[in-house]
Amino acid sequence: MSVQILMPALSPTMTEGKLAKWLVKEGDKVQTGKVIAEIETDKATMEMEAVDEGVMGKILVAEGTEGVAVNVPIAVLLEEGESAANIKDAPAAAPAPKAEAAPARETKAPAQAAPPPPPAAAAPQGSIPTGPTKMMTVREALRDAMAEEMRADDRVFLMGEEVAEYQGAYKVSQGLLQEFGARRVIDTPITEHGFAGLAVGAAFGNLKPIVEFMTFNFAMQAMDHLINSAAKTLYMSGGQMGSPMVFRGPNGAAARVGAQHSQDFASWYAHVPGLKVLSPWSAEDAKGLLKAAIRDPNPVIFLENEILYGQSFPVPEGELVIPIGQAKIERRGKDITLTAYSIMVGKALKAAEKLAEEGIDAEVINLRSIRPLDIDTIVASVKKTNRLVNCEEGWVTCGIGSEIAALVMEQAFDYLDAPVGRVCAKDVPLPYAANLEHMALPQVEDIVAAAKAAMYR
Amino acid sequence: MAIKKPASKGATEKPSAEMLMSFYREMLLIRRFEERAGQLYGMGLIGGFCHLYIGQEAVVVGLQSCCKPGDSIITSYRDHGHMLACGMDPKGVMAELTGRKDGYSKGKGGSMHMFSREKGFYGGHGIVGAQVPIGAGLAFAHKYKGDGGLAMAYMGDGAFNQGQVYESFNMASLWSLPVLFIVENNKYGMGTSVERSTAGGDLAARGVPFKMKTMVVDGMDVLAVREAGLEAAEYIRAGNGPVLMEAKTYRYRGHSMSDPAKYRTKEELEKMRAEHDPIDGLRAKLIAMKAGDEESFKAMDKEIKDIVIAAAEFSQTSPEPDASELWTDVLVA
Repeated sequence: MSVQILMPALSPTMTEGKLAKWLVKEGDKVQTGKVIAEIETDKATMEMEAVDEGVMGKILVAEGTEGVAVNVPIAVLLEEGESAANIKDAPAAAPAPKAEAAPARETKAPAQAAPPPPPAAAAPQGSIPTGPTKMMTVREALRDAMAEEMRADDRVFLMGEEVAEYQGAYKVSQGLLQEFGARRVIDTPITEHGFAGLAVGAAFGNLKPIVEFMTFNFAMQAMDHLINSAAKTLYMSGGQMGSPMVFRGPNGAAARVGAQHSQDFASWYAHVPGLKVLSPWSAEDAKGLLKAAIRDPNPVIFLENEILYGQSFPVPEGELVIPIGQAKIERRGKDITLTAYSIMVGKALKAAEKLAEEGIDAEVINLRSIRPLDIDTIVASVKKTNRLVNCEEGWVTCGIGSEIAALVMEQAFDYLDAPVGRVCAKDVPLPYAANLEHMALPQVEDIVAAAKAAMYR
Repeated sequence: MAIKKPASKGATEKPSAEMLMSFYREMLLIRRFEERAGQLYGMGLIGGFCHLYIGQEAVVVGLQSCCKPGDSIITSYRDHGHMLACGMDPKGVMAELTGRKDGYSKGKGGSMHMFSREKGFYGGHGIVGAQVPIGAGLAFAHKYKGDGGLAMAYMGDGAFNQGQVYESFNMASLWSLPVLFIVENNKYGMGTSVERSTAGGDLAARGVPFKMKTMVVDGMDVLAVREAGLEAAEYIRAGNGPVLMEAKTYRYRGHSMSDPAKYRTKEELEKMRAEHDPIDGLRAKLIAMKAGDEESFKAMDKEIKDIVIAAAEFSQTSPEPDASELWTDVLVA
């Protein structure tokens, strides 16, 4: 049976080319892999190899022909012994069914109307005991969360710089080496790119790594694995290969450590489908969210804050797992909504006290989860207060506040009585000098001012 | 159409004629598959990037013959040969190349992103060098679970100047991870030769400072590769830590489909093909030892051709993924 040789596409963008030269003539024997022609593309001259073997029956497009469209028959290959007599002449007449069967994108454009599914449609599962509480620091809460989950599941392990023998650069992993041993609490060399990738491999291998970054500033060295390896592989594998793991560590400004060690990365990670992004404020958040993150079958970015580590909060006793994707209303109010995450929740609560002195009753929402974002709770609050100010330590451009403002505009436009306010860090790298650092970071007074502006007062 | 492999019995074993024939068959399948993929690319049925493995077949066929069930395999984006050698179905691989719903990733991954948990194949990675620490992590999981498995982490010479490769060597050696790092040195990282990219030029030597066992093997000779692979696997399974193996090989085609190959001479390519082709070489051996005759080779050629044609047809008749697939597999629910 004869085989048509078609004009090949030799680059992702080629639609036509020049048939520069035939290297075989009619009657020649052709073997698989033999170079039979030279084709000039828009970029270069390329060799064309035979895929099938046989005898060159007829050359349909002469060498030197320009503008030969991709997939047009250019020659016919015969089986040995077959006659060339019954080859039809004109290339145009030759059917090219495969060319038509080729990607029918225009005709079958996927229905653009297909709506995005509700984010994280599955009902979040959690357990928040309502009984007695115990005072505990954020640091202890994080450690207890890891210890409880490690006791419950042997696949969970902790790796990072100084997590074991040093007991944690910020003492978060204190005591874990003693309880779980060096198999499960692993000191890594200072090699973020490498150990982040290694942890992704361990997750592919059915383990549940907790990766501690000494701070998230250093996770930039590992960014490729967080995004390209951890976040995208489930999708690229058609659902076969997930990365059940947690990347955690302090995020945002500490105190007087300068620009390279002081940055809020929430909006960076929140941009990426395939990741979940959590940011606790209180010890209750820290414990309940970290346990939820470790149990979650997806890669979770867990953004802590160094300044909060030593602060104490009441934590419910018993099994505490906070559902991912639910915000918490920390203070009820009717005049204005303040949204915040991490250290800014505390500042927003202080601002609310000051506003109360001036007769303004602010509602404070602790976002807890940045992606998925609990927009329902925010919108419900805005429908009540008609005013919104978001408070974050990140920069203003493309920040979490920008996203919330856009969502509220889409979902509660008619309820807004004032533009959405964004309290953020100043748009500069964080300075070292104490006075400049204070000016650069968002303060309680900035929130108060923004709230009063939204109240037209 | 998975290929059955005679079970390996250990480093001392001499390969039987039956085993040699199975190597020949696997290499031929990879070559014919890749040639057909190149053709489908030319017809516009495969899009984007497509990196063919033609010329390098002996490396993966030799090494995969040293694997045991439960071992983990990972490689870069030049991955079609590795998938076939792992026993993945040519139909599913080709259908992924054409972006169809019956592809290994439901059409959502493409040439560079395919996986099979069932076959222990962990991708298919598009970022040069990124598969190396992930491979070390797969080895970490084997050690953590104590399941006796090992990881094979393949990379090209082009990946060999990425920092994360050495970060991985360091941790793998420090923690005695059961991993075989294989650098398939085909002489060119895209269009830049090893001489122009890699100080010192000796790839295997870079394992020495990490106290890794290092090996250099003729990657155009499947038997040499297998012999080295068995030695490496035995060493690793005995708990001695990682091995770095450099397989000296050659790719006949361009880096990707749009590569005009201006950086090397035709003579160099022709000489490799004429004198070192891994498939021709094994065929000559098989004929010399009377393990196969013209008839049996012809029958095998036809069998392989039929498998590949069936895969190509399947990859064109399988429908494009349903529009609803756009939104699935972003997160595990």
